[in-house]
Amino acid sequence: MEPIKLVEAPEGHSGAGFFATSFDKVIGLARSYSLWPLPFATSCCGIEFMATMGAHYDISRFGSERPSFSPRQADMLMVMGTIAKKMAPVVKQVYLQMAEPRWVMAVGACASSGGIFDTYSVLQGIDRIIPVDVYVPGCPPRPEQILEGLMHIQELAQNESLRRRNSEEYQLLLESYNIQ
Amino acid sequence: MLSNQEVAEEIAAKFGDSVYGFEEPYGLLTWSVTRDNILPLLQYLKEHGRFSLGFLTDLTGIHFPDNKGGEFAVVYHLHSFLNNFRLRIKVFLPGEDLHIPTATGLWESANWMERETYDFFGIIFDGHPNLKRILNIEEMDYFPMRKEYPLEDATREDKIDALFGR
Repeated sequence: MEPIKLVEAPEGHSGAGFFATSFDKVIGLARSYSLWPLPFATSCCGIEFMATMGAHYDISRFGSERPSFSPRQADMLMVMGTIAKKMAPVVKQVYLQMAEPRWVMAVGACASSGGIFDTYSVLQGIDRIIPVDVYVPGCPPRPEQILEGLMHIQELAQNESLRRRNSEEYQLLLESYNIQ
Repeated sequence: MLSNQEVAEEIAAKFGDSVYGFEEPYGLLTWSVTRDNILPLLQYLKEHGRFSLGFLTDLTGIHFPDNKGGEFAVVYHLHSFLNNFRLRIKVFLPGEDLHIPTATGLWESANWMERETYDFFGIIFDGHPNLKRILNIEEMDYFPMRKEYPLEDATREDKIDALFGR
């Protein structure tokens, strides 16, 4: 059996009995390896997510061990599948109920752009109602693609400034979606 | 067993000129009836001792924009469990007067189906207890299955004709 691989420590100063680094790096590291996903699965992309969660692909390997079915404890909203216009307020409310910092992944063509459903009843991409961090293409995407999307969000979480969510730019982004 | 022939003959004799256009595409007995006679006709078929067409399988609408004077049709599908017999009845309505009496007095199940027909075609069922949209968003301000409206989402700006060779 191979030895268990641990995350490498961030840059810092170490000495006898202490290690010093910046909060940004430590918190980013901690956040990125325990992103609790909130699966919002409405159609076939949700089936691919089930495979992603299962033992073969195993999203737990990336620290998303616990799918959070309450938005209050979730870090990452994964919208998988077609969102009808009638469901748009529900997605938005789930997003609003999540605590900062929060990330959003649009999985699959429908969540990203409406996909093949260019029709009067379907929302043409969830970025019309909430800000999206990572788009995963595919119809539906394979589990590997969903995992890569997760890894991109990990990268975002690792490199995000602790002040980003307080920045004016971020407030403007939320305001453009009529949030807050 | 009921045959299309005997049902059609009895209905034609009973309702006279108000029923017309008898046909049987793919073996399914179909005819049209005037708006004033749809409820008596449905009630007659439902309560008829031998036909006993007691189940309303479906109720929906159709839009024929080129059919002047009968732009809209309301279609009723009936099923007799006793006789394993089905039939279809159409009521044509002029585009400027989309009123038809509700069938909720005969079948409770007509309630949702009439709401759906109203939702998509704007056909008004007089006497319906709760005629409002059922499937589409409440804010929708048109009837999407009418053919004058495009099926595509109207808010897309990236789908320009040049990309599709139009």
